[in-house]
Amino acid sequence: MSFATSTKLFKSSTFRLALLYMALFSVSVLLLLGFIYWSTAGYMVRQTEATIEAEITGLAERYNLSGLSGLSKVINERLARQNRGTALYLLTDSELRPIIGNLKQWPKEQPSEQGWISSEIDLGPPGEVEQHQTLVRTFHLRGDFHLLVGRDVHDLEKIQDLIRGALFWGLLITLALALAGGAMISRAMMHRIETINFTCLQIMAGDLAQRIPRTGGDDDFDRLVDMLNRMLEQIEELMLGVKQVTNNIAHDLRTPLTRLRRRLDILRENGNARGGDVELLDQAIGEADGLLTTFKALLRISEVESGIRRGGFKDVDMTVLLQDLAELYTPLCEEKEQAFVMEGALSRPIIGDRDLLFQAFANILDNAIKYTPASGSIRLRMHDQPDQLKIVICDSGPGIPIANREKIFERFFRLETSRSSPGNGLGLSLVAAIVNLHHGRIDLTDNRPGLNLAVTLPRHPEPLKERLV
Amino acid sequence: MRILVIEDDIDTAAYLVKGLKEYGHNVDVAHDGRDGFFMALDQSYEALVVDRMLPGMDGLSIIRAIRTAGNQTPSLILSALGEVDARVEGLRAGGDDYLVKPFAFSELFARLEAIVRRNLTTTEQITNLTVGELEMDLLSHEVKRNHQTIDLQPREFRLLEFLMRNSGQVVTRTMLLENVWDYNFDPQTNVIDVHISRLRSKIDKQFGFPMLHTVRGSGYVLRDEH
Repeated sequence: MSFATSTKLFKSSTFRLALLYMALFSVSVLLLLGFIYWSTAGYMVRQTEATIEAEITGLAERYNLSGLSGLSKVINERLARQNRGTALYLLTDSELRPIIGNLKQWPKEQPSEQGWISSEIDLGPPGEVEQHQTLVRTFHLRGDFHLLVGRDVHDLEKIQDLIRGALFWGLLITLALALAGGAMISRAMMHRIETINFTCLQIMAGDLAQRIPRTGGDDDFDRLVDMLNRMLEQIEELMLGVKQVTNNIAHDLRTPLTRLRRRLDILRENGNARGGDVELLDQAIGEADGLLTTFKALLRISEVESGIRRGGFKDVDMTVLLQDLAELYTPLCEEKEQAFVMEGALSRPIIGDRDLLFQAFANILDNAIKYTPASGSIRLRMHDQPDQLKIVICDSGPGIPIANREKIFERFFRLETSRSSPGNGLGLSLVAAIVNLHHGRIDLTDNRPGLNLAVTLPRHPEPLKERLV
Repeated sequence: MRILVIEDDIDTAAYLVKGLKEYGHNVDVAHDGRDGFFMALDQSYEALVVDRMLPGMDGLSIIRAIRTAGNQTPSLILSALGEVDARVEGLRAGGDDYLVKPFAFSELFARLEAIVRRNLTTTEQITNLTVGELEMDLLSHEVKRNHQTIDLQPREFRLLEFLMRNSGQVVTRTMLLENVWDYNFDPQTNVIDVHISRLRSKIDKQFGFPMLHTVRGSGYVLRDEH
């Protein structure tokens, strides 16, 4: 999975939902595990405290009943019963000097109000130091003796650590599983949504006959797909209707127009017209030709926009194509005393329609020549880029005001300043349609003075995948 | 010339018949693909104009079938805009030229004459072309007018060659772009005119009379006026 796809996955709404669910789930697990911890580890501590409490009370009573010797005897008995156990006893005099017990010395820490001390105490055999975590309770006996009863909680701490570790890892694994599960579900969802997106892109690219595939489960997604497909069906029908009407108009206009043109021709060829009439006839023929050209250009743009020409895409060597173009147009530049320079070369061919690409660059160059004043200059530069190529045509003409840079690609749009020059305002519309067909891009910038027109064309026109990623 | 027009659209067919008859040709019409196919096979026509989309049998199949049967009648294919890669497909099927609707009659007529002419001359291997006092050696790439050598650029040579091969007939600007530059496109300006005027300055200027003429609204013609 590439970086882009993963970002997309994390951005998807299903994934966000899964994330929210994961957060809620984690809180529940945390609460549950917390309770388990409290009821196990906590129980063990409470149990130890209760035992110490009971023992110290018992020993205190024994002291009250049978004095110091009785108490010592009991402590000795208990110490003897466990060789190196967890129970801790210490009886000291008023100066805290040990009298009997298995502790080397009285802990230095100040006990709490109830006499509890929780600290590390040296429990090693004589001569060795072995610090253990302990929990002890101290008691002040009558006669200024001090009694200490406690437990070595070293093992208990270990168990608590173990439980804490288990809880921590449990939580982590839960989170990881929730994350993976969320990602899996989101991806499955995303895949279905991407299928819909992909079809939409294909339709937007001109293939109106595309339909979204069903998964066959007849679930809510399939019902949505059915609904969308029915909508697409209606759109296609409407579009076909519009096209039909346009074609009918095209057909109905074309025939009488060509007939008109032909009749004017016959009139002219008959030679009966006098001087001024011949000129009028020529003008009429010119107008008819202009109309036919405009008409043809309109049909051509629609044809290109329909995307149907993509079927004929082949390898096109743009270097050769642009050289041919330069060769065709150089005499025109020379006639206007314009300097025409071509720079760069392209290493590999691109996939496209040779004739349409030639048409597009011819129109661009044609415009550059038309609007650049005499003795101006026109440059054509080719740039090789990894996945695309860039062809920049700049001239020293009047340029295009920023406000009009988008509009010039609209059908019949012409700048106020160029209304007087010949043209039908369709040249750049066709260029835009052709560049779109190849999934390229046109950027207009200021050449100070003049126009800088950059056409970027991908080597492989595969916009759908590219845009989906 | 006997010409067969296979076109199901009544208006277009009538328009073609009328135009061709005005130039003094005999024209037959078939409105159905199958009828057209049998007419093209059975009778000897000098040229066929075949619409691509036809009821019964489509235009490309007709041409493919008659070519298989050994019939080499020059054929011009007509097609509506928007048929994918129609040009290449049409030529591959055995058509000699191809024209997209809508077209001007002058364009169709010029192309029809060009393919008929080509069909007559391609039978033998030509090494040189002669039109009046203009001579072209296709092997040494030498051009002479009135025995005087003329220096031509490679593209000018191809331009003149095409005009000479079609001498006496009108060739349109799109025909020149297709055959000399090998691109099928519509120039916005008459870029071809500049090339023609350059060629004209080389082959006509210092000589007694012009041979390369402009035909208003149609194209150009190379003619021996002597």
